[in-house]
Amino acid sequence: MIPAPFDYHTPSSLDEALSLLQEYGYEAKILTGGQSLLPMMKLRLAEPEHIIDLNGIPGLAYIREEDGHVKIGALTREAEMEESALIRAKLPILHDTGKLIADPQVRNLGTLGGNLAHGDPGNDHPATMLALGARVVAIGPNGQRAIPVTEFFVDFYTTALEPEEILTEIQIPLPPPGSGGAYLKLERKVGDYATAGVAAQVTIDATGRCTEAGIGLTNVSYVPVKATDAEARLRGSTLSEVDLNEAAGLAAAASRPSSDLRGSEEYKRAMVRVLTKRALQRAIARARG
Amino acid sequence: MATRTVSITVNGETHTRDVEPRLLLVHFLRENLDLTGTHIGCDTSNCGACTVLLDGKSIKSCTLLAVQAHGKAVTTIEGVAQGGQLHPLQEGFKEKHGLQCGFCTPGMVMRAVELLDKNPDPTEDDIRWGISGNLCRCTGYVNIVKAIQYAAEKMQAEEAVEA
Ligand SMILES: Cc1cc2nc3c(=O)[nH]c(=O)nc-3n(C[C@H](O)[C@H](O)[C@H](O)COP(=O)(O)OP(=O)(O)OC[C@H]3O[C@@H](n4cnc5c(N)ncnc54)[C@H](O)[C@@H]3O)c2cc1C
Ligand code: FES
Ligand code: FES
Repeated sequence: MIPAPFDYHTPSSLDEALSLLQEYGYEAKILTGGQSLLPMMKLRLAEPEHIIDLNGIPGLAYIREEDGHVKIGALTREAEMEESALIRAKLPILHDTGKLIADPQVRNLGTLGGNLAHGDPGNDHPATMLALGARVVAIGPNGQRAIPVTEFFVDFYTTALEPEEILTEIQIPLPPPGSGGAYLKLERKVGDYATAGVAAQVTIDATGRCTEAGIGLTNVSYVPVKATDAEARLRGSTLSEVDLNEAAGLAAAASRPSSDLRGSEEYKRAMVRVLTKRALQRAIARARG
Repeated sequence: MATRTVSITVNGETHTRDVEPRLLLVHFLRENLDLTGTHIGCDTSNCGACTVLLDGKSIKSCTLLAVQAHGKAVTTIEGVAQGGQLHPLQEGFKEKHGLQCGFCTPGMVMRAVELLDKNPDPTEDDIRWGISGNLCRCTGYVNIVKAIQYAAEKMQAEEAVEA
């Protein structure tokens, strides 16, 4: 399978990339890891006339702690995140997520920015970013803007990014003391997209009460889902067995899966319930240290 | 659509060619350079038969454009034996019967090169996770794991002698 012909551009600065995007608009596609875009181009599901490869632009791959956030450059590879001591220590939920994505070869190329910008409800990072309350930074012809992830996933394969915008950074608020998170994914085989996936992040105060909860769901709707009713059910609770069961039920109710080769609608919804409870249990164990 | 001139160092030798941007690295290797050791299995980024090293990192060459490799170093299965001596991984696959039809083997070896580079003393679990992007239809993987363990031991022993 060979992609349709295109012109290939290698800007060496963001300014240059932005002017190429303005020139070619909807005819152009950004390429970073290429691990979602090239398979689509080979299947001729995408036939962009211009490919704008951002890999020659310096300074877009980094992981650092700054102003109460973990800031990750959009072109940071999965493999780099997997090896990051900062992520392992401060955001174990993100470490869980990365390890379950595809396989080592794909993770050597795939980027965090591409995983989010692709807008694929089957991708794993969106749910985790929803659970963590992250935001993304995009740069366009009119300058820079920050977009909360809750407003980022607009529709099937559609995000809030304009065609002439570039995602440059992901900002994750550092979880306060007493926090923990976990990502669980049911897959048919290692490296498969999720049958269902659940990201859960909680914060527990000194009295054992839950002060903050974030739950994101993978591949059980046309967009990544934030299970807001389940989160609300947990806030203020002592995270008892009953609290967890009810929250898991609310998360399942928030999912809108469709039946396909990975399972029936009922099965997937049932798996969301099971995975939500287990992800919460692991998150709570981590929060309690 | 405009062609591009690429210079790619493959197994230590730099090749400069005019290519269509849509040319995949695997086709560049097999058709432009006649290096047919890198196989195409699924052509959909799933099987790992096309795995090569790009600046030392294992990637699937059916899912990378040749133009993306411009200015970089690629290592294929043809480049791992040195001075007529099999690489310890090649020797391991031979000694431990790590192959039957051999179709997956070049990709398995190239993936294992990076695996052992990053983790010289892997557990069985590390190896199985490490080759999770490579499919084998024949062996059942048991002897592939043993082949990689053989190479790990041999490479560590060699390192100990050198040190
Ligand atoms: C075999 C296989 C299995 C996989 N399994 C999983 C899995 O289990 N879970 C999972 O989450 N993913 C999976 N993936 C997808 C993989 O993680 C991709 O790497 C990721 O979805 C896209 O990242 P990329 O950097 O490769 O983006 P690309 O493929 O380069 O781009 C994807 C899209 O995002 C746009 N884009 C990329 N970067 C930017 C940017 N900075 N600004 C604006 N737009 C941008 C591109 O224009 C394109 O439309 C799999 C891929 C393969 C090949
Ligand atoms: S041919 Fe490239 S992964 Fe199968
Ligand atoms: S030896 Fe035949 S596919 Fe692995």
